[in-house]
Amino acid sequence: MSTVTEVPAGKTKREIIDQAVIRFAGDSGDGMQVTGSQFTNTVALYGNDIATFPDYPAEIRAPAGTVPGVSGFQLNFSSGEVHTPGDSVDVLIAMNPAALKVNIGDLKANGIVIVNADSFKEADLRKAHLTTNPLEDHSLDKFRLFPVELQRLTRAALQHLGLDAKAMDRCKNFFALGMCYWLYNRSMEPTVRWIDDKFKKKPLLVEANKLALKAGYSYCEATEAFQISYEIPPAQLSPGLYRSLSGNQALALGFVTAAQKAGLKLFLGSYPITPASDILHELSHYKEFGVLTFQAEDEIAAVTSAIGASYAGALAITTTSGPGMALKTEAIGLAIMTELPLVICDVQRGGPSTGLPTKTEQADLLQALFGRNSEAPIPVLAAATPSDCFWIAVEASRIALKYMVPVIVLSDGYLANGAEPWRIPGLEEIPGFPVKFAKDPDGFQPYRRDPDTLARPWATPGTPGLEHRIGGLEKQDVTGNVNYEPLNHENMVRIRAAKVEAIVQDVPNILPSGDPAGDLLIVSWGSTFGAITQAVKGQRDKGRKIGHLHLRYLNPLPANLGDILKRYKNVLVPELNMGQLLWVLRAKYLVNAVGLNKIQGRPFKQAELDQKIEEVLGL
Amino acid sequence: MTTTALPPLTKKDFQTDQEVRWCPGCGDYAILSAVQSVFPELGIPRENFVVVSGIGCSSRFPYYMNTYGFHSIHGRAPAVASGIKIAHPELEVWVATGDGDSLAIGGNHTIHMLRRNVGIKVLLFNNRIYGLTKGQYSPTSEFHKITKSTPYGSPDRPFNPVSLAIGAEATFVARSVDIFQAHLKETLKAAAAHRGSAFVEILQNCNIFNDGAWIGLTEKDARSEHVLQLEHGKPLIFGKNRDKGIRRKQDGDIEVVQLGNGISESDLVVHDAHQTRASYAFLLSHMEGRPGFPTPIGLFRSWDDLPRYEDVINDQVREVAQKKGPGNLAQLLRAGDTWEVK
Repeated sequence: MSTVTEVPAGKTKREIIDQAVIRFAGDSGDGMQVTGSQFTNTVALYGNDIATFPDYPAEIRAPAGTVPGVSGFQLNFSSGEVHTPGDSVDVLIAMNPAALKVNIGDLKANGIVIVNADSFKEADLRKAHLTTNPLEDHSLDKFRLFPVELQRLTRAALQHLGLDAKAMDRCKNFFALGMCYWLYNRSMEPTVRWIDDKFKKKPLLVEANKLALKAGYSYCEATEAFQISYEIPPAQLSPGLYRSLSGNQALALGFVTAAQKAGLKLFLGSYPITPASDILHELSHYKEFGVLTFQAEDEIAAVTSAIGASYAGALAITTTSGPGMALKTEAIGLAIMTELPLVICDVQRGGPSTGLPTKTEQADLLQALFGRNSEAPIPVLAAATPSDCFWIAVEASRIALKYMVPVIVLSDGYLANGAEPWRIPGLEEIPGFPVKFAKDPDGFQPYRRDPDTLARPWATPGTPGLEHRIGGLEKQDVTGNVNYEPLNHENMVRIRAAKVEAIVQDVPNILPSGDPAGDLLIVSWGSTFGAITQAVKGQRDKGRKIGHLHLRYLNPLPANLGDILKRYKNVLVPELNMGQLLWVLRAKYLVNAVGLNKIQGRPFKQAELDQKIEEVLGL
Repeated sequence: MTTTALPPLTKKDFQTDQEVRWCPGCGDYAILSAVQSVFPELGIPRENFVVVSGIGCSSRFPYYMNTYGFHSIHGRAPAVASGIKIAHPELEVWVATGDGDSLAIGGNHTIHMLRRNVGIKVLLFNNRIYGLTKGQYSPTSEFHKITKSTPYGSPDRPFNPVSLAIGAEATFVARSVDIFQAHLKETLKAAAAHRGSAFVEILQNCNIFNDGAWIGLTEKDARSEHVLQLEHGKPLIFGKNRDKGIRRKQDGDIEVVQLGNGISESDLVVHDAHQTRASYAFLLSHMEGRPGFPTPIGLFRSWDDLPRYEDVINDQVREVAQKKGPGNLAQLLRAGDTWEVK
């Protein structure tokens, strides 16, 4: 679907298309994440729907020019709805041979590849373990290759500023960005504003980066390198004010919002860990909202300090990834036993152990559901998209406070770093949930429960007359005194379980999208939402009877889930793990569901989903 | 705030109805009694006290204190307490812990709490043994000690808790003994008066698994001979006849000297607990391992000019709010680049 129009002003053609995927790839020191984010911001501001996929190595700076050091940022932008960053790429920017080698396999036939021609000397090729020069060996013949001397041209543009060569070379990513703005007919204005702000204390760098950006743009205009440029009109999103939002930003904003809606201070206890650290970074900025951030000495202190803050009456949260969850396990049990509100965010990454710190995976579901000693049930919520992280943070906080329980929130590396347009809600769209602390000593018992929620009272230190002791030892029902009696223990285990089960009254019944009954139901959770939504749409366009259920509440599960599972001949559960939700569904509902499992540190591709769907349908 | 005079609190106000479950004869009873006597004298409303503990015999402490209390998990009391203090700096937070709880599994939290100078009072009950798990050696057990888990003697070298606390930059470090009630109460009061982190090692007997843990110091005769009572502004003198003292050597080290024969009190080190730098206190803390040296008790170090951690954090919040104005949520959500879809 494209129309080619002659653009009167220039000699190049301008083609209007509905969607494109662009990937910036280079050394981890080449500024690819910044470049990608800038391009994203610009197209988002223009009104395109977007989905991004930053993909970077665990090493801060692997040896320059090598394959392990390649960092990438992919963006899918469109005039229609976008659900994924895209399987294959229309335009690839490769800053060196290693980046080309790693990424060229994803470029569409006849796709555009822009390479930094200055970095294809023999030594560069050797670092990438290439024996021949891809710019000369015809291996790129099926693509539209644009070798551009990014280094030389950037230096030429900046030479009068008096910067050293290294400083000039650091601007070459903006030369490439300028070229991309020309290629997609985008204004440089948002990036210019960003440069002004970012380097406001270093006027020379403001000048240099702006010049490099504009030089890249002018280069395309002057040389007519591309012959053609593209335009992607704005998407028809529902009306409102929008911003681009990543999953980690969304969690941070969600928790600030929740604290405000509850009328509480927000306390974050956290220990730096990829890919969750950005939540700590974000929240450490929001002091004017009374946000207290505590960078603890370890993961255990992070969660236990949050438990202490919760006891003292704050909305307390802790943020981490899988290895940190493992360390927090015992303390989460303490929060369950002491029945204090707490939100634990696990931004999942590839594992086990240190695993793939910067890659995505969904393999902590069973850990979240069951990973504690003894009977220690806990509510678990999972975000579906980057901006859904906002709503999940608010909802998890609300449940924690209403029921006096710790709640686990699952995100993952893909959601954490990926961004999408977010319609900014009005504050009136988010109901408040003010907290009522216990104040009245008359008849006060620390474990006397609300009959509906089974929540115990929240009596914080400093309240006269409510002095009481809590802890990890088994409690006597109602009084909360230490108690080892057999029947009391069983009763308390059952009460804690019933309390978590009671949360189902807050879990909306779920409706499948697509066909309400039929040949196949796909059940998913977490960050696979976008890819599966798109696959289901494609399959249904071909006339297949498919429904899709995406779960945001994983414990308790929606009350009507069992009924819906029965309405389809087949149930498929695609997950980026070995089949964890599948295991739960089969165990709980005795349903003969099958899995599609990928454990590569990467999200699903359409082709993978299509193939499995067709296999299950017997096509 | 109303200022109607409330009846003064008494020791009884801090006792709970819970049956105390330490072994008969345990040193913890004496510590509990001392704390229950000191708390009413501090002029702090009872509801503002929070006693936090980890796991171990000593960590049952909160159940017996009629205050707010949190019996947490093994080793984590300093972290739980830090969270309480940061979220609510006005509270008076005390940690009851043992040598295993705070120096083995919780060593990390202990040193970090001290270096941050969180305004928490730590009572380390040191009986040099694991009592609740029934008799394994602890991080303060003597080298070569025979215990249930070291039938051929412990291969571990012990920590000196006072040295460790001073090394972690603690601003208040003291030592007392369970059965020296008057001294213990005075030490607790001094700790209470300190705003920053206060670390009090309490030498405590475990009459079941390590009876006589400190017999060399607590026996009537041994007391005066082997214990040096540190008093600010007074010379370091000890001995049954108060005829021995501590003198500085030319190389900066210290030595034990016999008074008389030309050596007088004026030659001795005069104790200064308020030094800004911790090196002197560290030197004192290393006495007891050395032949002929006494074991100091009392206040090693008390320097309260460092801001408390919880104040630094909360001041930042206040200052930013003052500078930027109170947070505007609608504005926060709309921050950065936005665009309108019509």
